[in-house]
Amino acid sequence: MCRIGAIKSTDYVHPSKALLLMRSQQKGHDNSGFAMVMQDLGGRFADYKDLPILSMACTDKGMATAEDILHKEGFVRVMQWSPEINFRDELNIEPMPNYVFQVFQYPRSFKYAPQEEKEELLVDMRLKLRNVLEENDDGYVYSFWPDVITLKEIGDPQDIGTYFGLWKEDRDFTAKVITAQCRQNTNYDIVRYAAHPFFLQGYTALANGENTFYEKNKNFQNGLYKGYIGFESDSQCFLYTLHYIHKILKWPLEYYKHAITPLPFEEMAKREDGEALKFIRSSLSNLEINGPNTIIGVLPDGTLFNTCDAKKLRPTVIGRHNGTVVMTSEVSGINEVLPGRNWEEDIYTSERETVVITNNLEVQRWQQ
Amino acid sequence: MATMRVNEISRDDLDWQINYSTERCTMCGSCVAACPFEAIEAGMEKRRKVVSDYLTPEPKVEFKAVPVIKQKVDVYKFCRGCGVCERVCPNTAIKPVRNEDSRFTIKYRSILADPYKRGGRANLSTGVRTLDKIRVGRISQMTDPSLDASRHTFDMLAPFGRILPADQIPFVLENGKLKIDSGVLPPMNWIYPVIIGDMSIGALSWRMWEAMAIATAYLNEECGLPVRMCSGEGGVPIRLLKSKFLKYTILQIASGHFGWNRIINTMPYMQELPGGVLIKIGQGAKPGDGGLLQAKKVASHIQEIRGVPKTDLLSPPNHQGLYSIEESVQKMFLTFNSAFKFKVPVAIKVAASSTSVSVYNNLLRDPYNIVGGFFLDGILGGTGAANEVSLDHTGHPIVSKLRDCYLAATHQGKQSQIPLWGAGGLGQTGNLAADAFKMIALGANGVFTGKLMLQLAGCVGNDHGKCNACNTGLCPVGITTQNPTLVKRLDIDRVAENIVNYFLSVDSELKKLLAPIGNSSLPVGRSDCLISEDKAVADRLKIQYAC
Repeated sequence: MCRIGAIKSTDYVHPSKALLLMRSQQKGHDNSGFAMVMQDLGGRFADYKDLPILSMACTDKGMATAEDILHKEGFVRVMQWSPEINFRDELNIEPMPNYVFQVFQYPRSFKYAPQEEKEELLVDMRLKLRNVLEENDDGYVYSFWPDVITLKEIGDPQDIGTYFGLWKEDRDFTAKVITAQCRQNTNYDIVRYAAHPFFLQGYTALANGENTFYEKNKNFQNGLYKGYIGFESDSQCFLYTLHYIHKILKWPLEYYKHAITPLPFEEMAKREDGEALKFIRSSLSNLEINGPNTIIGVLPDGTLFNTCDAKKLRPTVIGRHNGTVVMTSEVSGINEVLPGRNWEEDIYTSERETVVITNNLEVQRWQQ
Repeated sequence: MATMRVNEISRDDLDWQINYSTERCTMCGSCVAACPFEAIEAGMEKRRKVVSDYLTPEPKVEFKAVPVIKQKVDVYKFCRGCGVCERVCPNTAIKPVRNEDSRFTIKYRSILADPYKRGGRANLSTGVRTLDKIRVGRISQMTDPSLDASRHTFDMLAPFGRILPADQIPFVLENGKLKIDSGVLPPMNWIYPVIIGDMSIGALSWRMWEAMAIATAYLNEECGLPVRMCSGEGGVPIRLLKSKFLKYTILQIASGHFGWNRIINTMPYMQELPGGVLIKIGQGAKPGDGGLLQAKKVASHIQEIRGVPKTDLLSPPNHQGLYSIEESVQKMFLTFNSAFKFKVPVAIKVAASSTSVSVYNNLLRDPYNIVGGFFLDGILGGTGAANEVSLDHTGHPIVSKLRDCYLAATHQGKQSQIPLWGAGGLGQTGNLAADAFKMIALGANGVFTGKLMLQLAGCVGNDHGKCNACNTGLCPVGITTQNPTLVKRLDIDRVAENIVNYFLSVDSELKKLLAPIGNSSLPVGRSDCLISEDKAVADRLKIQYAC
């Protein structure tokens, strides 16, 4: 069973907190990888909030290729940072030669372009880079988006933390929202893209569990939007559904739950918006999930939420203390990160519930 | 030596021979009275017996005329092997026995210069059905827990009606909630994924049809299963049209357009809208051959319902006034949609054939979004009268055709926009739930079944040439006849009860199959939960091969 976690804080947090959160849940994972997405960045990235950051692991050739493509498109590099590498022979890790986080200025022609056009451009560029680098295994592009950094690596999470120097707190590398997972996907080969969290256009999703409707979800999502590609993990579908409902259809977040785990017909009929729910259920039956899973998601505005399958077959718990909220699979993780909290106030999300953490850390519990 | 005419039809030529025991027979006459085909008759036979009246043998020959039951040797009045004589005989003195060396259908054609006709079933064995070569697997027992079939709740409903893509639903946002904006939307009903297929009130006896209607109403109102029954072509009794039970009936219009005058004339008096309209283009067995209700089955009430004289009633193989798929969409769908004020889903039924996918694609791409269902009928579907050559030798099996349609829709990202329903031999081996589940996992939204209903009513026929006399109007158990004496053999309440009970068992069994794959709603298109030990089947249907 996967272990997942998310930290949302009013202060900037270092990823060592996410590693600690995951390490205490070590029993649940197979030490095959670590991945994290940091959003709303602090430290050295704090001054570049509006500019897209490319998160990439690649070879030298891959780096050159990517830079060529971006420059040709008119992107200008503004800043670049690579984590300091602490290589030791005994570390269980399969690293790529380079890890780059590059901040780019949009092409000049996009200076006055509407936000939507810029967003599409970033997706196009990421897909293009991924496509070209994939051919010779020259690199992996995890995200290309403002204020977001993604790191994914194969190996033992403890060693990955050591390799990238993530165990030591550092004010220069922080974020207000960090999502992480310590495991590769068991259903498929270990590939770099397969680890959660998954990211697309400001949306992040990670899941603890399986997706029994993977085949259905995937077949349907394939044709919905150009960015719905990869499907290296059955959980990737959760991200695409979230993106489709919220970004493309522009429905309120509460309808994500209605799409993935629709209410039984009898209950639907009792509701005021029953007719709308019936339409959603019929049109989006291919996006349903039947468990077992719990999903953590982040919206572009930083809102964090958690919801589960309709049978509540996987655990999840939410704890709060002093301006920090932690969501994770096992309560041991929260005990480690927020030892001083009142555990009686922990929330165990129910099967018909979406728990939402707003940017001022207000906790909302929506019943479906 | 007696003259022997080798070219005459003889008992040895017949499919069934009557096995009769004079010793056991009491000459009660039940068998002769019960045989609707007049294939047996009472007669006299001369018997020679050697007897001795003394203690020491003094043999003498006695001749006696004894009454017996004799089999008729006739191309019209021949035994169909229905076994009704055996059922009524108190002494088990008589029964039909299959004649392995029969040459009857050859004799029939050579004597009458006419194709051999019979009802109901394809008698040419084509081996194990594809559905039986598929098993329900599961993804994993450890990572993907199964459900508890008796404790979890399941949503066992399938859509009937056109489904809009999500981005075309006219939603407006009011106080953070989605509301449907006013306007005409394609009607859509959620119904039970197994429906009673289209068998007309002319093909079936009125008691059989009524029993199915009663069963449907009972399933809906007492059992909570929203099962629909399709009327079949041929009209509906006005009493039903005006009743509240009409909502459980899907009205069919086929190429004969039989019975529609009465339906249209009754519209102003309808309390409820019908459950749907099904436009039948073709049927699975004998595609391209059309339907045939022979004059002998056109009883007076059928004449009244259909508004026809007593004559053979042919439903042509297609709607004769239509030229193309586009035209059928234009004419028929718009007509029927508007007739019911765009409030009743209108679906189409075609025979599974090499062009099924083309038709389906065409309907999927219809910009008006009005076609509410695609019913696909395979070779083993369809009953009624037909030339034997059509029944045995024409049509496509349902499974791969249905799969093709589903995959074609999936390829375009339009899956489920027009719900797929499949039939044709489902439940043939007795377990409809397993067949339905597999069809659904292969991409059907639901299935329909007809012949199984006849079996539940006591049909004695089978796919090996037993009975198959639905075309004669002499059904020995009163299912497919309008003959008042024969119809009375059918116990309406008992038939309805059998159908209801069978549906209840199907419901339980479907859940028993949903549970292990962890599904609490119908597993439409979840082909990943199917396996086949037959490589060819696995490859063709794009499911897992396991051996």
